[in-house]
Amino acid sequence: MASPSTTADAAIPQTKGADDNYLTHDKGFASWAFTLDHKRIGVMYLASVLTAFALGGVFALIIRTELWTPGKTIIEHDTYNQMFTLHGAVMVFLVIIPGIPAALGNIILPLQLGAKDVAFPKLNLASYYLWLLGCGCMLTSLVTNAADTGWTFYAPYSTTTQTNVIPAAFGAFILGFSSIFTGLNFIVTIHKLRPPGMTFFRMPLFVWALYSTALIQVLATPVIGITLLMLIVERVFGLGIFDPALGGDPVLFQHFFWFYSHPAVYIMIVPAFGVISEIIPVFSRKRLFGYQFIAISSLAIAFLGFLVWGHHMFTSGQSVLAGTIFSAITFLIAIPTAIKIFNWVTTMYKGRIHLDTPMLYALAFLWVFTIGGLTGVFLAVMGVDIHLHDTYFVVAHFHYVMMGGAITGFLGGLHYWFPKAFGKMYNERTGRIGALIVFVGLNLTFFPQFILGSRGMPRRYYNYLPEFQGLHQLSTIGAFTLGLGFLLTAVSLGRALKNGRKAPNNPWGGVTLEWTTVSPPPYYNFQTPPPVTAGPYDGYENLVYDEKIGGYIAKA
Amino acid sequence: MTLSLLALLADPKLPKLAPSDSFWLPVDASVTSRNIDWVGDFMIWCSVLTALRIFVAIFHFITKYRAKSRAANEIAEKSAEHNTALEITWSVLPLFVVIALFVWGFKGFMDLRTPPKDSMELHANAQKWKWTFDYKCPSGTLTDDTLHVPIDRPVRMLISSVDVLHALYIPSFRTKMDAVPGRYTDMWFQATRAGDYPIFCAEYCGTSHSDMLSHVIVHPAGDYEKWLNKACVDADSKVGPERGKDLFDRQGCSTCHTVDGTPKIGPTWKGLFGKMEMMTDGKPYKVDENYLRESMMDPTAKVVQGFAPAMPPYKGKLSDKDIDGLIEYIKTLK
Repeated sequence: MASPSTTADAAIPQTKGADDNYLTHDKGFASWAFTLDHKRIGVMYLASVLTAFALGGVFALIIRTELWTPGKTIIEHDTYNQMFTLHGAVMVFLVIIPGIPAALGNIILPLQLGAKDVAFPKLNLASYYLWLLGCGCMLTSLVTNAADTGWTFYAPYSTTTQTNVIPAAFGAFILGFSSIFTGLNFIVTIHKLRPPGMTFFRMPLFVWALYSTALIQVLATPVIGITLLMLIVERVFGLGIFDPALGGDPVLFQHFFWFYSHPAVYIMIVPAFGVISEIIPVFSRKRLFGYQFIAISSLAIAFLGFLVWGHHMFTSGQSVLAGTIFSAITFLIAIPTAIKIFNWVTTMYKGRIHLDTPMLYALAFLWVFTIGGLTGVFLAVMGVDIHLHDTYFVVAHFHYVMMGGAITGFLGGLHYWFPKAFGKMYNERTGRIGALIVFVGLNLTFFPQFILGSRGMPRRYYNYLPEFQGLHQLSTIGAFTLGLGFLLTAVSLGRALKNGRKAPNNPWGGVTLEWTTVSPPPYYNFQTPPPVTAGPYDGYENLVYDEKIGGYIAKA
Repeated sequence: MTLSLLALLADPKLPKLAPSDSFWLPVDASVTSRNIDWVGDFMIWCSVLTALRIFVAIFHFITKYRAKSRAANEIAEKSAEHNTALEITWSVLPLFVVIALFVWGFKGFMDLRTPPKDSMELHANAQKWKWTFDYKCPSGTLTDDTLHVPIDRPVRMLISSVDVLHALYIPSFRTKMDAVPGRYTDMWFQATRAGDYPIFCAEYCGTSHSDMLSHVIVHPAGDYEKWLNKACVDADSKVGPERGKDLFDRQGCSTCHTVDGTPKIGPTWKGLFGKMEMMTDGKPYKVDENYLRESMMDPTAKVVQGFAPAMPPYKGKLSDKDIDGLIEYIKTLK
């Protein structure tokens, strides 16, 4: 792939003059609202997801502020319950699931494939509008009488509570379709639109990750859709599916829910694996160690992820045999995940490491994901899980993975591809300071929660025993630190959009195809599909850094 | 003993965590917790070791192999793209560790899920937002909101819920089990340390989930029987308003009702008797003996305006003597 990149700059079609790119190609509201361009849809997704992230973050800060004291601090019981429900639902369904695939993936996937667009551009736009609709439904619940069920919607609480559960559940149902559309689109795109010479084992790992994610999205999401629909039917028509008072079975709901929601964990984290696999070799100037293993293990994790849902239910009353099988398969997932971490770390060995902002996020990812992964092992050990189940230990564990893993991956990817997507460079110093504050805030927020949980503090508690106050306060301080880090990052990227220095085509020296087109890319990305003759991390030696443009060009 | 316990129950004081000699875990007070804690400790040390090695490697690499500048155009040194020996080591070694962990976890789990045959049996009932525990008295069932158990005897808890999911969680016994409406679940433990330990509800159940606390009192050898006899006699001897007050404290009424005039989840009992209440169907109704009786047996039949139909039915749980006592008690609250 390296050699064709050397001529790509000259080969860009100059249809509308030198400055033409996808951002300036058309103007006006309609040109965005009805665009079929994957990059514009990606940008709209990005803006929307970041807005939802800010909203979910505000909910989180309200929760953490309330937990400053053991009794009431600022809000009432019921408001608190609504806050953690909305925080969870917004972060899961509106932010993390679409975050990397729909926002970054939409912008980057076709570029990495040297393609003009995704396979079904209209489906892509439809997916975005479904996201907006789902978001609207959730906000309806929020402004009327917000659901207070927890994002898990466990029955029979969810079928009997007085709050407005239906719009929230219906919102998640619609968001499911949005996710399926994106997944379907990506599967077909990856199969049909690869450039000549790009075999499956020459695909960048980000593409592999999106491919595995898309498979889960398409196969698992229908189950949550049907489940939430059944929940709505039970609430509206009193059809007894889950509520024992009507003849239903509440444990059935948990099986259905986790049959999707465990694979969904991989919808959230596997794309982040992909981002990290892109960043580490480029910033180490070295080929990725164990490329094939990482590629295949994404698929393996996607597959095994379907077989472990019962590990969320060790205390639910499910049979001992079922619990045992689920526990055993859960351990199987731990191995490929651990090996990925070893591969990433080994990639840095004898590399030439540049600690720019994206790399700092990748390193932060390695740190938090190591902790998140290891603490997951505690929860897979059945005897130990019984004590830790539904405590703050679980909260800390999945925040280390979801917030720590998926969000640092997302921010790493955002900083990595920002120059490509928007043609502007951000201030490297503020970027790094932001990454550092986020990293410190993350650990300060969630590490004390491990201790809280193993000492017995249950989750979703409004009041708590005074003995737990010190650790809760540490966590709250961490949450505000984290908020500050995000705010700084937002300001930094916002300023870059406005006044940033013009980005070179290849600021980091990447050899995947997106770096061979101009920044920001022209409307049609590439004039002809660039031929690929080597692997996605081969040929860093063929690039040299040009100080005048602040980026890499082909070696003469 | 009972008097002091009742005083404790009437007091909204929270259960206290007993001091623990472990940084991570609450004090261990059951046979099974010992079988589990060492696995947890082993994992903590394994994790710390693994994490440190990864972090040290990262730190070592980023300092040793840090590029001077982009302009220097350094390229990575040649190094293997894979190393079979290394890769097999880092795959197989953790595999052995997790197999061991699985086996130990399985063993710990089976211990937790298999009550010995000679276990004493107690019922735990969950409702929004109160735990109650049933004890067998010669004259019937005694219901209390504190769990009393003897030391060194296996106890099997049969758990049920009348409304939504709850979970009975006793951190010091390292055990937890969901209360599922419409079916029984069970758990068992054998206390090894006399004392008073908190009980939490660990499965989210709505408004006062975090107030659904109780405690387990582990009686020293021989003391449990004494307590039970006395509690049975005391409860049985109470009649009229005194019995009503006792039930108010123990049966969970105080979770939703007050006797001081402030409305909570349900209407206050103060000044309730003889009052005209507006019902949710828009009709006024006078609170008399029959209304109160109906509200205990079939609480959603007539609900006072401004309150949610949140109360579980007490049909079969309260004897006629109990109902009389409660009505008498409400009458005294003017």
